[in-house]
Amino acid sequence: MSDVLAGGRGRGRVGPSLSYAVVNTVVRFTPLLVLALGWEFLGLSGLVSRQMLPGLGEIFAAFSDMLFGGDLLYNTLRSVSRAAAGLGAAVVVGISAGLLMASFRPVRLLINPIVQIFYPMPKSALIPVVMIWLGLGDSSKILLIFLGCLLPVIVGTYNGARGVNPFLLWSAASLGASRFDVLREVVLRGAMPDILNGCRTALAFSFILMVSSEFVIATDGVGFMISSLGDGGQYPAMFAAIFFVAGIGFAADRLYALLSRRLLRWREA
Amino acid sequence: MSVTHLAPPPRSRAHAASSISISDVSHTYGARTAGGMLALDGINLDIGDGEFHCLLGPSGCGKSTLLYLIGGFIPVQAGMISTSAGPVTAPGPDRSIVFQNFALFPWKTVKDNVLYGLKKAGFNAAEREQRARHYIDMVHLTGFENAYPSQLSGGMQQRAAIARTLAVDPGILLMDEPFGALDAQTRRVMQEELRTIWRDSRKTVVFVTHDVQEAVFLADRISIMSARPGRIQHVIDVDLPKERGEEILENREFIGLSEHIWRLVREQAVAATRGAH
Repeated sequence: MSDVLAGGRGRGRVGPSLSYAVVNTVVRFTPLLVLALGWEFLGLSGLVSRQMLPGLGEIFAAFSDMLFGGDLLYNTLRSVSRAAAGLGAAVVVGISAGLLMASFRPVRLLINPIVQIFYPMPKSALIPVVMIWLGLGDSSKILLIFLGCLLPVIVGTYNGARGVNPFLLWSAASLGASRFDVLREVVLRGAMPDILNGCRTALAFSFILMVSSEFVIATDGVGFMISSLGDGGQYPAMFAAIFFVAGIGFAADRLYALLSRRLLRWREA
Repeated sequence: MSVTHLAPPPRSRAHAASSISISDVSHTYGARTAGGMLALDGINLDIGDGEFHCLLGPSGCGKSTLLYLIGGFIPVQAGMISTSAGPVTAPGPDRSIVFQNFALFPWKTVKDNVLYGLKKAGFNAAEREQRARHYIDMVHLTGFENAYPSQLSGGMQQRAAIARTLAVDPGILLMDEPFGALDAQTRRVMQEELRTIWRDSRKTVVFVTHDVQEAVFLADRISIMSARPGRIQHVIDVDLPKERGEEILENREFIGLSEHIWRLVREQAVAATRGAH
Protein backbone atom coordinates (compact mmCIF):
# COMPACT_ATOMS: atom_id res chain seq x y z
CA MET A 1 0.00 0.00 0.00
CA SER A 2 2.96 2.23 0.62
CA ASP A 3 3.46 1.79 -3.11
CA VAL A 4 0.72 4.27 -3.86
CA LEU A 5 2.88 6.95 -2.30
CA ALA A 6 6.21 5.65 -3.52
CA GLY A 7 4.98 5.51 -7.10
CA GLY A 8 5.45 1.74 -7.09
CA ARG A 9 9.18 1.86 -7.67
CA GLY A 10 11.42 1.44 -4.72
CA ARG A 11 10.70 -2.14 -3.70
CA GLY A 12 13.36 -4.81 -3.89
CA ARG A 13 13.03 -7.42 -6.59
CA VAL A 14 13.64 -10.57 -4.62
CA GLY A 15 12.83 -11.11 -0.96
CA PRO A 16 15.72 -12.60 0.99
CA SER A 17 13.61 -15.52 2.26
CA LEU A 18 10.10 -16.89 2.44
CA SER A 19 9.69 -16.20 6.16
CA TYR A 20 10.79 -12.63 5.58
CA ALA A 21 8.15 -12.31 2.85
CA VAL A 22 5.45 -13.68 5.16
CA VAL A 23 6.39 -11.31 7.98
CA ASN A 24 6.56 -8.47 5.48
CA THR A 25 3.06 -9.21 4.20
CA VAL A 26 1.64 -9.47 7.71
CA VAL A 27 3.23 -6.15 8.66
CA ARG A 28 1.92 -4.51 5.50
CA PHE A 29 -1.64 -5.61 6.15
CA THR A 30 -1.66 -4.98 9.90
CA PRO A 31 -3.24 -1.50 9.52
CA LEU A 32 -6.14 -3.12 7.63
CA LEU A 33 -6.60 -5.64 10.41
CA VAL A 34 -6.63 -2.85 13.00
CA LEU A 35 -9.21 -1.00 10.93
CA ALA A 36 -11.42 -4.13 10.74
CA LEU A 37 -11.16 -4.70 14.49
CA GLY A 38 -12.01 -1.04 15.13
CA TRP A 39 -15.01 -1.37 12.86
CA GLU A 40 -16.33 -4.41 14.72
CA PHE A 41 -15.62 -2.81 18.10
CA LEU A 42 -17.50 0.39 17.22
CA GLY A 43 -20.49 -1.62 16.00
CA LEU A 44 -20.58 -3.98 19.01
CA SER A 45 -20.02 -1.22 21.56
CA GLY A 46 -23.24 0.48 20.55
CA LEU A 47 -21.50 3.83 20.06
CA VAL A 48 -22.61 3.75 16.45
CA SER A 49 -25.84 2.21 15.26
CA ARG A 50 -25.64 -1.26 13.72
CA GLN A 51 -27.30 0.16 10.61
CA MET A 52 -24.48 2.62 9.98
CA LEU A 53 -21.72 0.08 10.58
CA PRO A 54 -23.09 -3.42 9.97
CA GLY A 55 -20.99 -6.28 11.25
CA LEU A 56 -18.34 -7.63 8.91
CA GLY A 57 -20.00 -11.05 9.03
CA GLU A 58 -23.28 -9.58 7.83
CA ILE A 59 -21.51 -7.72 5.08
CA PHE A 60 -19.75 -10.88 3.97
CA ALA A 61 -23.01 -12.82 3.92
CA ALA A 62 -24.62 -10.10 1.80
CA PHE A 63 -21.59 -10.19 -0.46
CA SER A 64 -21.78 -13.91 -1.13
CA ASP A 65 -25.54 -13.61 -1.79
CA MET A 66 -24.94 -10.86 -4.33
CA LEU A 67 -22.01 -12.60 -5.90
CA PHE A 68 -23.66 -15.96 -6.44
CA GLY A 69 -27.38 -15.13 -6.56
CA GLY A 70 -27.44 -11.42 -7.33
CA ASP A 71 -26.28 -9.12 -10.06
CA LEU A 72 -23.03 -7.86 -8.56
CA LEU A 73 -20.86 -9.38 -11.26
CA TYR A 74 -23.11 -8.14 -14.03
CA ASN A 75 -23.08 -4.59 -12.65
CA THR A 76 -19.34 -4.69 -12.10
CA LEU A 77 -18.82 -5.81 -15.66
CA ARG A 78 -21.00 -2.95 -16.91
CA SER A 79 -19.06 -0.41 -14.83
CA VAL A 80 -15.62 -1.72 -15.63
CA SER A 81 -16.33 -1.84 -19.35
CA ARG A 82 -17.35 1.84 -19.25
CA ALA A 83 -14.23 2.73 -17.30
CA ALA A 84 -12.08 0.72 -19.69
CA ALA A 85 -13.59 2.38 -22.76
CA GLY A 86 -13.13 5.89 -21.37
CA LEU A 87 -9.66 5.20 -20.00
CA GLY A 88 -8.52 3.41 -23.15
CA ALA A 89 -9.60 6.30 -25.35
CA ALA A 90 -7.97 8.79 -22.97
CA VAL A 91 -4.66 6.88 -23.06
CA VAL A 92 -4.57 6.77 -26.87
CA VAL A 93 -5.67 10.39 -27.38
CA GLY A 94 -3.67 11.70 -24.40
CA ILE A 95 -0.37 10.12 -25.43
CA SER A 96 -0.78 11.34 -29.01
CA ALA A 97 -1.69 14.86 -27.90
CA GLY A 98 1.16 15.01 -25.38
CA LEU A 99 3.71 13.87 -27.95
CA LEU A 100 2.47 16.34 -30.55
CA MET A 101 2.50 19.16 -28.00
CA ALA A 102 6.06 18.38 -27.01
CA SER A 103 7.23 18.14 -30.62
CA PHE A 104 5.41 20.93 -32.41
CA ARG A 105 5.21 24.50 -31.15
CA PRO A 106 1.87 25.37 -32.82
CA VAL A 107 0.18 22.35 -31.23
CA ARG A 108 1.67 23.34 -27.88
CA LEU A 109 0.39 26.90 -28.18
CA LEU A 110 -3.04 25.59 -29.10
CA ILE A 111 -3.49 22.93 -26.42
CA ASN A 112 -1.45 24.18 -23.46
CA PRO A 113 -3.86 26.93 -22.28
CA ILE A 114 -6.79 24.51 -22.49
CA VAL A 115 -4.95 21.94 -20.42
CA GLN A 116 -3.95 24.49 -17.81
CA ILE A 117 -7.49 25.81 -17.36
CA PHE A 118 -9.15 22.40 -17.19
CA TYR A 119 -6.50 20.58 -15.16
CA PRO A 120 -7.63 21.69 -11.68
CA MET A 121 -11.33 21.48 -12.49
CA PRO A 122 -13.18 18.63 -10.72
CA LYS A 123 -14.38 16.52 -13.62
CA SER A 124 -17.45 15.31 -11.70
CA ALA A 125 -18.79 18.84 -12.22
CA LEU A 126 -19.27 17.79 -15.84
CA ILE A 127 -21.78 15.05 -14.97
CA PRO A 128 -24.86 17.24 -15.69
CA VAL A 129 -23.22 18.52 -18.87
CA VAL A 130 -22.49 15.11 -20.39
CA MET A 131 -26.01 14.04 -19.43
CA ILE A 132 -27.52 16.95 -21.34
CA TRP A 133 -25.26 16.23 -24.32
CA LEU A 134 -25.50 12.45 -24.53
CA GLY A 135 -28.41 11.38 -22.32
CA LEU A 136 -28.53 8.56 -19.83
CA GLY A 137 -26.83 5.80 -21.82
CA ASP A 138 -23.27 4.50 -21.68
CA SER A 139 -21.87 7.20 -23.92
CA SER A 140 -22.33 10.01 -21.39
CA LYS A 141 -20.38 8.13 -18.71
CA ILE A 142 -17.69 7.03 -21.14
CA LEU A 143 -17.26 10.64 -22.26
CA LEU A 144 -16.98 11.81 -18.66
CA ILE A 145 -14.37 9.18 -17.80
CA PHE A 146 -12.53 9.98 -21.03
CA LEU A 147 -12.40 13.70 -20.20
CA GLY A 148 -11.32 13.08 -16.62
CA CYS A 149 -8.54 10.67 -17.57
CA LEU A 150 -7.30 12.66 -20.55
CA LEU A 151 -5.49 15.44 -18.72
CA PRO A 152 -3.19 13.39 -16.47
CA VAL A 153 -2.16 11.36 -19.52
CA ILE A 154 -1.50 14.49 -21.61
CA VAL A 155 0.44 16.18 -18.83
CA GLY A 156 2.51 13.07 -18.04
CA THR A 157 3.32 12.48 -21.71
CA TYR A 158 4.15 16.11 -22.36
CA ASN A 159 6.46 16.45 -19.36
CA GLY A 160 8.11 13.13 -20.13
CA ALA A 161 8.61 13.95 -23.80
CA ARG A 162 10.06 17.38 -23.01
CA GLY A 163 12.43 15.80 -20.54
CA VAL A 164 13.96 13.31 -22.99
CA ASN A 165 17.70 13.92 -23.35
CA PRO A 166 18.01 15.90 -26.62
CA PHE A 167 21.26 14.12 -27.46
CA LEU A 168 19.25 10.91 -27.77
CA LEU A 169 17.14 12.53 -30.48
CA TRP A 170 20.26 13.67 -32.32
CA SER A 171 21.90 10.27 -31.96
CA ALA A 172 18.86 8.56 -33.46
CA ALA A 173 18.71 11.05 -36.34
CA SER A 174 22.39 10.56 -37.10
CA LEU A 175 21.89 6.78 -37.11
CA GLY A 176 19.33 7.14 -39.89
CA ALA A 177 16.02 7.52 -38.01
CA SER A 178 13.31 9.58 -39.68
CA ARG A 179 11.44 12.27 -37.75
CA PHE A 180 8.57 9.85 -37.20
CA ASP A 181 10.99 7.12 -36.05
CA VAL A 182 12.49 9.55 -33.55
CA LEU A 183 9.05 10.42 -32.19
CA ARG A 184 7.96 6.82 -31.86
CA GLU A 185 11.18 5.10 -30.86
CA VAL A 186 12.97 7.74 -28.82
CA VAL A 187 10.54 10.40 -27.56
CA LEU A 188 7.76 7.93 -26.74
CA ARG A 189 10.17 5.42 -25.26
CA GLY A 190 12.08 8.03 -23.25
CA ALA A 191 8.85 9.54 -21.93
CA MET A 192 7.52 6.14 -20.85
CA PRO A 193 8.21 6.47 -17.10
CA ASP A 194 6.18 9.71 -16.95
CA ILE A 195 3.51 8.37 -19.29
CA LEU A 196 3.05 5.34 -17.06
CA ASN A 197 2.73 7.57 -14.01
CA GLY A 198 0.15 9.74 -15.77
CA CYS A 199 -1.82 6.66 -16.78
CA ARG A 200 -1.76 5.42 -13.20
CA THR A 201 -3.37 8.64 -12.02
CA ALA A 202 -5.87 8.28 -14.87
CA LEU A 203 -6.64 4.72 -13.78
CA ALA A 204 -7.59 5.99 -10.30
CA PHE A 205 -9.67 8.81 -11.82
CA SER A 206 -11.50 6.33 -14.04
CA PHE A 207 -12.72 4.41 -10.98
CA ILE A 208 -13.76 7.58 -9.16
CA LEU A 209 -15.67 8.92 -12.14
CA MET A 210 -17.15 5.54 -12.97
CA VAL A 211 -18.79 5.22 -9.55
CA SER A 212 -19.73 8.86 -9.08
CA SER A 213 -21.31 9.19 -12.52
CA GLU A 214 -23.37 6.05 -11.89
CA PHE A 215 -24.71 7.61 -8.70
CA VAL A 216 -26.27 10.32 -10.80
CA ILE A 217 -27.02 8.93 -14.22
CA ALA A 218 -27.41 5.19 -14.59
CA THR A 219 -29.71 2.23 -14.53
CA ASP A 220 -26.97 -0.27 -13.82
CA GLY A 221 -23.35 -0.47 -12.70
CA VAL A 222 -21.68 -0.68 -9.30
CA GLY A 223 -22.25 3.01 -8.53
CA PHE A 224 -25.95 2.62 -9.32
CA MET A 225 -26.08 -0.49 -7.12
CA ILE A 226 -24.44 1.26 -4.18
CA SER A 227 -26.78 4.21 -4.32
CA SER A 228 -29.95 2.16 -4.80
CA LEU A 229 -29.00 -0.32 -2.00
CA GLY A 230 -28.37 2.69 0.22
CA ASP A 231 -31.72 4.21 -0.70
CA GLY A 232 -33.40 0.89 0.05
CA GLY A 233 -31.76 0.62 3.45
CA GLN A 234 -29.86 -2.56 2.56
CA TYR A 235 -26.70 -1.41 4.30
CA PRO A 236 -24.76 -4.69 4.56
CA ALA A 237 -25.20 -5.20 0.82
CA MET A 238 -24.27 -1.59 0.15
CA PHE A 239 -21.03 -1.93 2.12
CA ALA A 240 -20.32 -5.21 0.38
CA ALA A 241 -20.59 -3.47 -3.00
CA ILE A 242 -18.38 -0.61 -1.80
CA PHE A 243 -15.68 -2.97 -0.53
CA PHE A 244 -15.91 -5.01 -3.69
CA VAL A 245 -15.34 -2.04 -5.97
CA ALA A 246 -12.51 -0.85 -3.70
CA GLY A 247 -10.94 -4.29 -4.00
CA ILE A 248 -11.20 -4.24 -7.77
CA GLY A 249 -9.65 -0.79 -7.88
CA PHE A 250 -6.82 -1.97 -5.67
CA ALA A 251 -6.25 -5.07 -7.79
CA ALA A 252 -6.23 -3.00 -10.97
CA ASP A 253 -3.64 -0.66 -9.49
CA ARG A 254 -1.42 -3.53 -8.33
CA LEU A 255 -1.64 -5.18 -11.72
CA TYR A 256 -0.77 -1.88 -13.33
CA ALA A 257 2.24 -1.35 -11.05
CA LEU A 258 3.46 -4.83 -11.93
CA LEU A 259 3.09 -4.12 -15.62
CA SER A 260 4.93 -0.79 -15.30
CA ARG A 261 7.82 -2.43 -13.54
CA ARG A 262 8.14 -4.92 -16.37
CA LEU A 263 8.11 -2.17 -18.97
CA LEU A 264 10.70 -0.17 -17.05
CA ARG A 265 13.03 -3.06 -16.24
CA TRP A 266 15.90 -1.19 -17.86
CA ARG A 267 15.76 1.44 -15.10
CA GLU A 268 16.22 -1.10 -12.33
CA ALA A 269 19.13 -2.77 -14.04
CA MET B 1 36.39 -14.31 -28.98
CA SER B 2 36.71 -16.22 -32.22
CA VAL B 3 38.80 -14.86 -35.02
CA THR B 4 36.00 -15.06 -37.57
CA HIS B 5 34.14 -12.26 -35.78
CA LEU B 6 36.98 -9.93 -36.61
CA ALA B 7 36.72 -10.50 -40.34
CA PRO B 8 35.81 -7.24 -42.05
CA PRO B 9 32.05 -6.68 -42.14
CA PRO B 10 30.17 -6.56 -45.44
CA ARG B 11 30.88 -3.28 -47.15
CA SER B 12 27.87 -3.24 -49.43
CA ARG B 13 26.05 -0.37 -47.72
CA ALA B 14 29.11 1.58 -46.57
CA HIS B 15 29.03 5.33 -46.92
CA ALA B 16 32.09 6.40 -48.87
CA ALA B 17 34.61 8.53 -46.98
CA SER B 18 33.94 12.10 -47.81
CA SER B 19 35.53 15.51 -47.77
CA ILE B 20 33.90 18.41 -45.97
CA SER B 21 33.84 21.97 -47.19
CA ILE B 22 32.89 24.80 -44.85
CA SER B 23 32.66 28.27 -46.33
CA ASP B 24 31.81 31.56 -44.62
CA VAL B 25 29.83 29.90 -41.86
CA SER B 26 28.67 32.14 -39.05
CA HIS B 27 26.26 31.26 -36.29
CA THR B 28 24.40 33.37 -33.77
CA TYR B 29 22.53 31.93 -30.81
CA GLY B 30 19.26 33.70 -30.08
CA ALA B 31 19.48 35.38 -33.49
CA ARG B 32 15.81 36.30 -33.41
CA THR B 33 16.19 38.35 -30.25
CA ALA B 34 18.12 41.56 -29.71
CA GLY B 35 20.74 40.04 -27.40
CA GLY B 36 21.88 37.35 -29.85
CA MET B 37 25.32 35.85 -29.18
CA LEU B 38 27.74 35.41 -32.08
CA ALA B 39 29.21 31.94 -31.59
CA LEU B 40 30.96 31.39 -34.92
CA ASP B 41 32.29 34.10 -37.19
CA GLY B 42 33.23 33.49 -40.82
CA ILE B 43 34.53 29.93 -40.62
CA ASN B 44 36.31 28.61 -43.73
CA LEU B 45 37.74 25.14 -43.60
CA ASP B 46 38.27 22.23 -45.98
CA ILE B 47 38.71 18.79 -44.49
CA GLY B 48 40.03 16.13 -46.85
CA ASP B 49 38.87 12.66 -47.64
CA GLY B 50 39.97 10.28 -44.88
CA GLU B 51 41.55 13.06 -42.83
CA PHE B 52 41.61 13.02 -39.01
CA HIS B 53 40.87 16.62 -38.12
CA CYS B 54 40.78 18.06 -34.62
CA LEU B 55 38.93 21.22 -33.66
CA LEU B 56 40.84 22.57 -30.68
CA GLY B 57 40.06 25.58 -28.54
CA PRO B 58 39.06 26.93 -25.16
CA SER B 59 35.58 26.14 -23.85
CA GLY B 60 32.93 28.36 -25.34
CA CYS B 61 34.81 28.86 -28.61
CA GLY B 62 32.01 27.32 -30.66
CA LYS B 63 33.85 24.13 -31.65
CA SER B 64 30.91 21.95 -30.67
CA THR B 65 28.55 24.32 -32.51
CA LEU B 66 30.64 23.86 -35.65
CA LEU B 67 30.48 20.07 -35.21
CA TYR B 68 26.68 20.18 -34.75
CA LEU B 69 26.38 22.27 -37.92
CA ILE B 70 28.37 19.66 -39.86
CA GLY B 71 26.12 16.98 -38.34
CA GLY B 72 23.04 18.85 -39.55
CA PHE B 73 21.61 18.98 -36.02
CA ILE B 74 21.31 22.76 -36.06
CA PRO B 75 20.48 24.58 -39.28
CA VAL B 76 23.14 26.61 -41.07
CA GLN B 77 22.21 30.30 -40.76
CA ALA B 78 24.92 31.88 -42.87
CA GLY B 79 27.42 30.36 -45.27
CA MET B 80 27.50 26.83 -46.59
CA ILE B 81 28.59 23.38 -45.46
CA SER B 82 28.81 20.56 -47.94
CA THR B 83 30.20 17.05 -48.15
CA SER B 84 30.87 14.89 -51.18
CA ALA B 85 27.16 13.99 -50.97
CA GLY B 86 26.05 17.61 -51.31
CA PRO B 87 25.01 20.46 -49.01
CA VAL B 88 24.26 19.53 -45.39
CA THR B 89 20.61 20.18 -44.51
CA ALA B 90 19.70 17.50 -41.95
CA PRO B 91 21.31 14.77 -39.84
CA GLY B 92 22.08 11.52 -41.61
CA PRO B 93 23.93 8.24 -41.19
CA ASP B 94 26.66 9.40 -43.58
CA ARG B 95 27.75 11.77 -40.76
CA SER B 96 27.23 9.86 -37.55
CA ILE B 97 28.22 11.26 -34.18
CA VAL B 98 29.58 10.24 -30.77
CA PHE B 99 28.75 12.60 -27.91
CA GLN B 100 30.64 13.32 -24.71
CA ASN B 101 27.74 12.03 -22.60
CA PHE B 102 27.49 8.81 -24.69
CA ALA B 103 23.76 9.26 -25.44
CA LEU B 104 23.09 5.54 -25.53
CA PHE B 105 19.42 4.59 -25.46
CA PRO B 106 19.08 3.65 -21.78
CA TRP B 107 16.17 1.28 -22.45
CA LYS B 108 18.17 -0.77 -24.94
CA THR B 109 20.92 -3.28 -24.22
CA VAL B 110 24.37 -2.75 -25.71
CA LYS B 111 23.50 -5.04 -28.59
CA ASP B 112 20.15 -3.40 -29.28
CA ASN B 113 21.82 0.01 -29.25
CA VAL B 114 24.27 -1.20 -31.89
CA LEU B 115 21.48 -2.86 -33.88
CA TYR B 116 19.41 0.35 -33.98
CA GLY B 117 21.28 2.04 -36.83
CA LEU B 118 21.73 -1.27 -38.66
CA LYS B 119 17.96 -1.74 -38.80
CA LYS B 120 17.55 1.77 -40.18
CA ALA B 121 20.15 1.00 -42.83
CA GLY B 122 18.07 -1.96 -44.01
CA PHE B 123 20.48 -4.80 -43.37
CA ASN B 124 18.88 -8.22 -43.16
CA ALA B 125 18.81 -10.07 -39.85
CA ALA B 126 21.91 -12.16 -40.51
CA GLU B 127 23.97 -9.15 -41.62
CA ARG B 128 22.80 -7.16 -38.61
CA GLU B 129 23.87 -9.91 -36.24
CA GLN B 130 27.24 -10.26 -37.89
CA ARG B 131 28.00 -6.55 -37.96
CA ALA B 132 26.80 -6.00 -34.39
CA ARG B 133 29.04 -8.81 -33.19
CA HIS B 134 31.96 -7.44 -35.20
CA TYR B 135 31.76 -3.94 -33.75
CA ILE B 136 31.04 -5.09 -30.21
CA ASP B 137 34.16 -7.25 -30.49
CA MET B 138 36.12 -4.34 -31.89
CA VAL B 139 35.44 -2.22 -28.81
CA HIS B 140 36.04 -5.20 -26.48
CA LEU B 141 32.50 -5.44 -25.14
CA THR B 142 31.95 -9.09 -26.02
CA GLY B 143 30.15 -10.64 -23.04
CA PHE B 144 28.31 -7.38 -22.29
CA GLU B 145 25.87 -7.53 -25.24
CA ASN B 146 22.86 -7.90 -22.97
CA ALA B 147 23.87 -5.31 -20.37
CA TYR B 148 21.94 -2.07 -20.11
CA PRO B 149 23.99 1.15 -20.28
CA SER B 150 23.34 1.86 -16.58
CA GLN B 151 25.17 -1.37 -15.74
CA LEU B 152 28.38 -0.28 -17.51
CA SER B 153 31.23 2.00 -16.50
CA GLY B 154 31.69 5.32 -18.32
CA GLY B 155 34.48 3.92 -20.47
CA MET B 156 32.40 0.91 -21.45
CA GLN B 157 29.41 3.10 -22.27
CA GLN B 158 31.55 5.26 -24.50
CA ARG B 159 32.93 2.19 -26.26
CA ALA B 160 29.36 0.97 -26.80
CA ALA B 161 28.46 4.39 -28.24
CA ILE B 162 31.45 4.22 -30.59
CA ALA B 163 30.45 0.71 -31.71
CA ARG B 164 26.90 1.92 -32.38
CA THR B 165 28.19 4.79 -34.51
CA LEU B 166 30.83 2.77 -36.38
CA ALA B 167 28.32 0.01 -37.14
CA VAL B 168 26.40 2.23 -39.58
CA ASP B 169 29.73 2.80 -41.33
CA PRO B 170 29.51 6.58 -41.69
CA GLY B 171 31.84 8.18 -44.22
CA ILE B 172 32.28 11.00 -41.76
CA LEU B 173 32.69 10.32 -38.05
CA LEU B 174 31.90 13.28 -35.79
CA MET B 175 33.19 13.16 -32.21
CA ASP B 176 32.29 15.73 -29.57
CA GLU B 177 34.88 15.44 -26.77
CA PRO B 178 34.08 11.73 -26.66
CA PHE B 179 36.72 10.93 -24.03
CA GLY B 180 36.15 14.00 -21.88
CA ALA B 181 34.25 12.11 -19.20
CA LEU B 182 36.76 9.26 -18.88
CA ASP B 183 39.63 8.78 -16.44
CA ALA B 184 43.17 9.36 -17.72
CA GLN B 185 44.10 5.70 -18.28
CA THR B 186 40.88 4.76 -20.07
CA ARG B 187 41.24 7.89 -22.13
CA ARG B 188 44.72 6.94 -23.32
CA VAL B 189 43.60 3.42 -24.27
CA MET B 190 40.58 4.77 -26.12
CA GLN B 191 42.71 7.26 -28.04
CA GLU B 192 45.01 4.50 -29.23
CA GLU B 193 42.06 2.32 -30.19
CA LEU B 194 40.42 5.15 -32.08
CA ARG B 195 43.64 5.78 -34.04
CA THR B 196 43.72 2.09 -34.97
CA ILE B 197 40.06 1.98 -35.95
CA TRP B 198 40.47 5.11 -38.05
CA ARG B 199 43.61 3.79 -39.75
CA ASP B 200 41.86 0.53 -40.64
CA SER B 201 38.56 2.05 -41.77
CA ARG B 202 39.80 5.21 -43.50
CA LYS B 203 36.97 7.44 -42.40
CA THR B 204 37.01 11.19 -42.28
CA VAL B 205 37.01 12.14 -38.61
CA VAL B 206 36.18 15.52 -37.10
CA PHE B 207 37.13 15.41 -33.44
CA VAL B 208 36.37 18.20 -30.97
CA THR B 209 38.60 18.55 -27.92
CA HIS B 210 40.17 21.12 -25.62
CA ASP B 211 43.04 18.76 -24.77
CA VAL B 212 46.19 19.70 -26.72
CA GLN B 213 47.98 16.37 -26.22
CA GLU B 214 44.90 14.47 -27.35
CA ALA B 215 44.66 16.57 -30.50
CA VAL B 216 48.35 16.13 -31.39
CA PHE B 217 48.22 12.41 -30.67
CA LEU B 218 45.17 11.83 -32.86
CA ALA B 219 45.09 14.34 -35.68
CA ASP B 220 46.49 14.80 -39.16
CA ARG B 221 45.59 18.47 -38.94
CA ILE B 222 44.45 20.66 -36.09
CA SER B 223 42.31 23.80 -36.32
CA ILE B 224 42.92 26.09 -33.38
CA MET B 225 39.87 28.18 -32.68
CA SER B 226 39.73 31.56 -31.01
CA ALA B 227 37.63 32.44 -28.00
CA ARG B 228 34.15 33.83 -28.62
CA PRO B 229 33.24 34.63 -31.29
CA GLY B 230 34.77 31.43 -32.67
CA ARG B 231 37.13 31.88 -35.58
CA ILE B 232 39.76 29.54 -36.97
CA GLN B 233 43.03 31.12 -35.88
CA HIS B 234 45.56 28.56 -37.10
CA VAL B 235 45.45 25.32 -39.06
CA ILE B 236 48.42 23.14 -38.19
CA ASP B 237 49.70 20.02 -39.94
CA VAL B 238 50.77 17.25 -37.62
CA ASP B 239 53.80 15.66 -39.31
CA LEU B 240 54.16 12.64 -37.09
CA PRO B 241 54.37 8.95 -38.02
CA LYS B 242 51.04 7.34 -38.94
CA GLU B 243 51.73 4.61 -36.41
CA ARG B 244 51.33 6.22 -33.03
CA GLY B 245 51.53 4.37 -29.76
CA GLU B 246 52.56 5.13 -26.21
CA GLU B 247 56.15 5.74 -27.38
CA ILE B 248 55.18 8.81 -29.40
CA LEU B 249 54.66 10.73 -26.16
CA GLU B 250 58.48 10.66 -25.78
CA ASN B 251 59.06 11.73 -29.39
CA ARG B 252 60.83 15.08 -29.52
CA GLU B 253 58.71 16.34 -32.42
CA PHE B 254 55.53 15.37 -30.56
CA ILE B 255 56.65 17.28 -27.49
CA GLY B 256 57.78 20.31 -29.51
CA LEU B 257 54.57 20.47 -31.50
CA SER B 258 52.45 20.05 -28.36
CA GLU B 259 54.26 22.93 -26.69
CA HIS B 260 53.91 25.12 -29.76
CA ILE B 261 50.17 24.42 -29.99
CA TRP B 262 49.75 24.82 -26.26
CA ARG B 263 51.16 28.38 -26.52
CA LEU B 264 48.76 29.19 -29.37
CA VAL B 265 45.78 27.84 -27.42
CA ARG B 266 46.89 29.68 -24.29
CA GLU B 267 46.82 32.99 -26.15
CA GLN B 268 43.18 32.29 -27.00
CA ALA B 269 42.33 31.22 -23.48
CA VAL B 270 43.95 34.35 -22.03
CA ALA B 271 42.08 36.51 -24.55
CA ALA B 272 38.86 34.78 -23.50
CA THR B 273 39.46 35.49 -19.82
CA ARG B 274 40.22 39.15 -20.57
CA GLY B 275 37.12 39.39 -22.73
CA ALA B 276 35.02 38.10 -19.88
CA HIS B 277 36.12 40.93 -17.56
